[in-house]
Amino acid sequence: MGGILDLAAQNLISPIILCFALGLGAALLRSDLAFPEAVAKGMSLYLLFAIGFKGGVGVAAHGADLRLGAAILAGVILSFVLPFLAFGLLRLMSPSVSVLDAAAVAGHYGSISIVTFVAGTSLLEAGGVVVEGYMVAVAAAMEAPAILSALWLAVRFGGPSKAMEDDGLWREILLNGSIVLLLGAFAIGWITGPDGMREIAPFIEAPFKGVLCLFLLDMGLVAGRGLLGARGVITPGVVAFGVTMPLVGASAGLAAGLLLGLSVGGVAILMTLSASASYIAVPAAMRVALPRANPALYLTLALGITFPFNLTLGIPLYAAIAAYLGG
Amino acid sequence: MQTHAAKRVEIILEAVMERRLTQILTAAGVTGFTVLPVMGGSGRSGQWSREGQVTRAGGMVAVVCLIAPERLDHLMEAVFPLLDAHIGVVSIQDTRILRAERF
Repeated sequence: MGGILDLAAQNLISPIILCFALGLGAALLRSDLAFPEAVAKGMSLYLLFAIGFKGGVGVAAHGADLRLGAAILAGVILSFVLPFLAFGLLRLMSPSVSVLDAAAVAGHYGSISIVTFVAGTSLLEAGGVVVEGYMVAVAAAMEAPAILSALWLAVRFGGPSKAMEDDGLWREILLNGSIVLLLGAFAIGWITGPDGMREIAPFIEAPFKGVLCLFLLDMGLVAGRGLLGARGVITPGVVAFGVTMPLVGASAGLAAGLLLGLSVGGVAILMTLSASASYIAVPAAMRVALPRANPALYLTLALGITFPFNLTLGIPLYAAIAAYLGG
Repeated sequence: MQTHAAKRVEIILEAVMERRLTQILTAAGVTGFTVLPVMGGSGRSGQWSREGQVTRAGGMVAVVCLIAPERLDHLMEAVFPLLDAHIGVVSIQDTRILRAERF
């Protein structure tokens, strides 16, 4: 217990968490601090490239084994299944949430947050815990299947939808810029290996945490403004869901990670991925496919409640549980 | 110089729907359109802003096109199914253009 508290305390005073808190506080105090859209997108592109590249180099350096395929398959299954748990849990904890809104929220909780993944990896690396490089590919594989589950839930319980007939939607989801960049950088890292890393290390490694700090500052601003704008939508039941569902997802990730025989770092990251909620790929897909679902609900839940929970308390908890059960 | 009557249609809608809208405009015979970024705003669905966003889910764009007045009804019928369920606003203004054969 003391170990978990120490890890949580150490995490809470790390620069990335304090930057997020600064952004959140600035937004809640209605400061005019803001990042231009192009800067936010530039930082996002940098982070995705760096994460993907480093993951690919990790696989090249340590080799790929059968676990890579099995871990990707497990990620896909988790992404398909978690929305059903999220849908049931949200309807149970907050019955006033409509079927359509619950289905849209469920899609977010089956998919993943890549920044939560990065924060988790950074925390583990800071503690000397190694994470399998291919977990980047697992993260990418977990992005899209949840959307299919969410649309099925919306059609099954909410009535007919034209979402399934929109050919462009699937192309947009599967070729989403984030996924293309992440997997593309992963492939480049894998192909070029440690030699490739030596060539671009000053760009990939040294600025990474600084950029992550600024990105999380921006995430704090967006989360804080979302919370301010979502008063009336976020009820106690919804908030309870926002902190309970990550624990449910993390439990599923824990079971999968232990079954796969992943390392302590791998289990912790699979828990973190399963506990996180998407705020890039899925919101865009939901706006196209389920336009009558309330974006204030799913964006605020994913970014304003679950993301800060995972960032501050969740990740250290998942790391400690993985170390206890897997170490 | 002679000018001709035309309609200026401005559609502000969710950024994620931009490609679908421009496809409909093209299919409806609109010969040209302009997509403009918009900074932020507020409406029935709440406030929104481009600042800090890394996803297109929360953003909006403005699509502007000029068409001959007699083609307005056909265009509106074509775009309405798309706009019906999404956040957005459509406005139509009378305007004057120089080269009527282009619209």
